[in-house]
Amino acid sequence: MDAIILQTLNGLDKGSAYALIALGLTLIFGTLGVVNFAHGALFMIGAFCAVTMQRFLNLSYTLLDPTKKDFLGNPLKVQTPYVEHWFGHDTGAAIINWSVPLSILLAIPVMLILGFVMERGLIKHFYKRPHADQILVTFGLAIVLQEIVKQVFGANPIPTPAPVEFSGSLDIGALIGFPANAIVYPYWRLIYFLFSLGVIGAVFSFLRFTTFGMVVRAGMADRETVGLLGINIDRRFTLMFGIAAAVAGMAGAMYVPINSPNYHMGMDFLVISFVVVVVGGMGSLPGAVAAGFLLGVLEAYASLNEVKSIIPGIDQIIIYVIAIIVLLTRPRGLMGRRGVMED
Amino acid sequence: MLGLEKKDMRFLLIVLLLTLAAPILLNPFAENSAMAQFNAGYPDLMQRIAIFSIFAVGFNILFGLTGYLSFGHAAFLGVGSYAAMWMFKLLSMNILPAIGLSVVIAGVFALLIGYISLRRSGIYFSILTLAFAQMSFNMAYSVLTPLTNGETGLQLALDDPRVLDAANTSGSLPDTSLFGLAMNSTLKVEFLGRLFQFNVGYYVCGMISVVMFYIALRIFRSPFGMMLRAVKSNQHRMSYTGLNARPYTLAAFVISGMYAGLAGGLMAAMDPLAGAERMQWTASGEVVLMTILGGAGTMLGPVLGAGFIKYFENIFSKINDNVLHSWFAFLPHWIQDPLVWLFARFTGEGWHLTLGLLFMLVVIFLPGGLVEGGQRIGRLFRRKQGAGGDGPAHPPKPAPHVAE
Repeated sequence: MDAIILQTLNGLDKGSAYALIALGLTLIFGTLGVVNFAHGALFMIGAFCAVTMQRFLNLSYTLLDPTKKDFLGNPLKVQTPYVEHWFGHDTGAAIINWSVPLSILLAIPVMLILGFVMERGLIKHFYKRPHADQILVTFGLAIVLQEIVKQVFGANPIPTPAPVEFSGSLDIGALIGFPANAIVYPYWRLIYFLFSLGVIGAVFSFLRFTTFGMVVRAGMADRETVGLLGINIDRRFTLMFGIAAAVAGMAGAMYVPINSPNYHMGMDFLVISFVVVVVGGMGSLPGAVAAGFLLGVLEAYASLNEVKSIIPGIDQIIIYVIAIIVLLTRPRGLMGRRGVMED
Repeated sequence: MLGLEKKDMRFLLIVLLLTLAAPILLNPFAENSAMAQFNAGYPDLMQRIAIFSIFAVGFNILFGLTGYLSFGHAAFLGVGSYAAMWMFKLLSMNILPAIGLSVVIAGVFALLIGYISLRRSGIYFSILTLAFAQMSFNMAYSVLTPLTNGETGLQLALDDPRVLDAANTSGSLPDTSLFGLAMNSTLKVEFLGRLFQFNVGYYVCGMISVVMFYIALRIFRSPFGMMLRAVKSNQHRMSYTGLNARPYTLAAFVISGMYAGLAGGLMAAMDPLAGAERMQWTASGEVVLMTILGGAGTMLGPVLGAGFIKYFENIFSKINDNVLHSWFAFLPHWIQDPLVWLFARFTGEGWHLTLGLLFMLVVIFLPGGLVEGGQRIGRLFRRKQGAGGDGPAHPPKPAPHVAE
């Protein structure tokens, strides 16, 4: 029992990442009708926003301290980050410590702008072209973005720790009546899960409760009619592309403490996120979120030793098996709407 | 002849001649000269170009004719490699049974995957094939380790049974061969300071690729090929006329899977090693790149694309900072260093960046690939010729009909 709860929790944080990327993919597909193969790269760039933020905050100047000597007898070099110099030692250290959450402040504008540029500069010209062309051009863009990041940051994973306050683990088992240390869950994963719930909630309430969101939903349902009513739907859809990029970026930025980012992390997530979108139902936002969490949790269950002893290797392929079963039995996906991408 | 029209026959003969003469044609620069690094006439590269041409030509039968974009073709390549390796390990180092088995196994595998994937079309089909390929890749890494040797990859070993071969007493690993003719044996000819290498493996790959090219040509010109084009242009209309498209698309899928399996088998035959990374989706992406870059739906396109990518991959990865510095040595330092820095982003390790940019440019501006680019240039010349009246000094070559 405790193993199942633990795996559910483990699945939830991976599922959060899947759900956030799939949410962005679905937003783009639902509004613009474009299949964005570069969405994984956006997730990756978000992660590297966190790396950049950390490097930026750690920018230091060097002073020679004549009172102390290093082991060679030379005056000791003391590196002081500029932030500590400006804000005082304690505040500065705290800022550096919190660089990953702070990087959201960097990720949102960067990703919004990147999203706008991508949509206006490239994707816009592909609305009228076949889906295959859209896939190909965004695939090319993904390669380009990935290679640029590789050249700037190198090919190795870059460890980017969470604030020390969250470095430990929470003994969830003890809270709900299991023996101590039966279910131990790292704080940061819990935070990531809650954060993703927050982002998902924000996106949904934005679409649900604002006039802007209402217009966007109307546009998703019937673009032409909304245009005939004199509303510039293109501009709103561009903004939605930016928001989708920002969602992917935030998902990436907050994910770095869980897995050190490398330049191909986006591609690894992208393949699964596509599967998530298809399982959830192309164009269905709740479907994408539900399928993201569902597949994350199922993947975690499949890596239980008891399951693996029955079907060896199931943990590696469970997601694809589910996708194949869903597509063959319910081609529209779990929550897909009628008429979306049906040939 | 051979069931081809005159024009196609001429085209096939040109391809055959080019294939035969490639070791000479691709080596235009003298050894020891500064340009020698642009030579492509060595066996390893030519083998790869021939093998990837087969792969891309096969992929084009599916994508170019039916419009179904598969993102999982590398799975068949990998399966073919594994099958060939097992033949080398168990039966004989002769490449014929190995290649035969790799084609058959890849065909069966393609039949299974195609049967399921082709129930959907468009983006769903792409994602399904992608999912299948990723699944095979993950399985090759984990559960199927007894078959695939996991991360290390499948390799030859001294104590493999090889029931048909004579007992190996030399103490070194045997070479792959065709009835005793070793694949890695090379005839080296020095001529005018150029070193021409006539390699058995290359000629095997080259001849097989010409045969496969011929088969693809026949498919393109056949009623079956016409049917596949009909699927691409309008599947609904086809089913309204009472034709079921699925058997045709499935046949195309299986054929292109067998092409990929053959390429995989040849890869193992040239270099007896098979690893799971051959099945990864980046490998599937590569064949998509080749086909699109060359020109999907044309005969020549995939071959051009495969040759182009493999050649420049080879050249670009050799251009490092030192080479660049020697190129720009005539410039003052303050120009030279930034220039070298800029070029270094796109060469050497940065080759994939160049490839990605190039690919995007082709998809955006030249959806017909290099072949369309060539035709546009040809048309430009012809228009000038028409305006000029008497005809220019250099009459342009008429664009081959087959490369439409």
